[in-house]
Amino acid sequence: MNHSQPQREGQTTTPGGDHLPNGPAGAAILSAGVGCGVLGILAVAADAFKPLAKLLTFYLPTGPLSGVSSVPILLWLVTWFILARRWRTKTVAIAKVNATAFLLLAFGILLTFPPFADLLQGK
Amino acid sequence: MEITLRALITLIHGMLFGAFFLMAVYGLVVELYRSAYVEQPSKLTTKSYSLERLYLICMVGLGWAAVLTGAYIVYPWYRAVPPAGLTDLALYPQFILKSSATTAGWHNLGMEWKEHIAWIAPIAMTMVAYVFTKYRLSMREHPKVRTAVLVFALVAFGAAGVAGLFGALLNKNAPVNGGSTIHVMGESQ
Repeated sequence: MNHSQPQREGQTTTPGGDHLPNGPAGAAILSAGVGCGVLGILAVAADAFKPLAKLLTFYLPTGPLSGVSSVPILLWLVTWFILARRWRTKTVAIAKVNATAFLLLAFGILLTFPPFADLLQGK
Repeated sequence: MEITLRALITLIHGMLFGAFFLMAVYGLVVELYRSAYVEQPSKLTTKSYSLERLYLICMVGLGWAAVLTGAYIVYPWYRAVPPAGLTDLALYPQFILKSSATTAGWHNLGMEWKEHIAWIAPIAMTMVAYVFTKYRLSMREHPKVRTAVLVFALVAFGAAGVAGLFGALLNKNAPVNGGSTIHVMGESQ
């Protein structure tokens, strides 16, 4: 999905006269959504597939939760880094960015809710 | 008056890191909502700008400290497996809860939800703190950015609230105990 657009709408001027595009904010918002969404997906997946749970056990005393939490954090930070570099000076379609981020966030919350996760797994 | 090491660390995890994080998030939510209705964004002095940054850094630090101590220190004590044949499960909270149908729900719903949803809060609040700092003076001109930040902050507040509530209730039903005993005051046995 390409969220960047060429027009200057959404840009503001700082007291120093520099334009402050919404790209850096969009990168932070979207990547946070990605992190939350991936967290929900992995929470369900690790519960449903034992080999995956074993694979995500990075630290034995904590069990699969160590990987279920670490992988989304890593993906969140990598996504943020990449998007921040690409959108540093750009103005992005923030409405689309927000909608995508909210969808991922809602997805993440829903998938962490055990009754919903059990329903998906047919338990 | 005594407390076990595990109980003390659980207390620090929940009552220091978790509860103070929740209060800090609430404060920022109020500020974000309030700032949507001001005529002019307040220009800060260097000192007050530093204090604001310190507040945000502490808030984010508390959030990460809460989830990291929870997952890597307290949770291993909670989920430890008792040796075969052991009848006294006092040091194995998960197994105390799962041993009865009337308390199993605290684990199956409470802990299963808490251990995952809690991570959403520091991720969201790290983003919120970054955007709030970067767009402090121009947030009025980016209303959709403000909306996103407010939504994420509210969700973080809810997620931290769920984690905190279930943490307190779980610890009430099956407290994390064990380790060396710390004598706080009064007579020791």
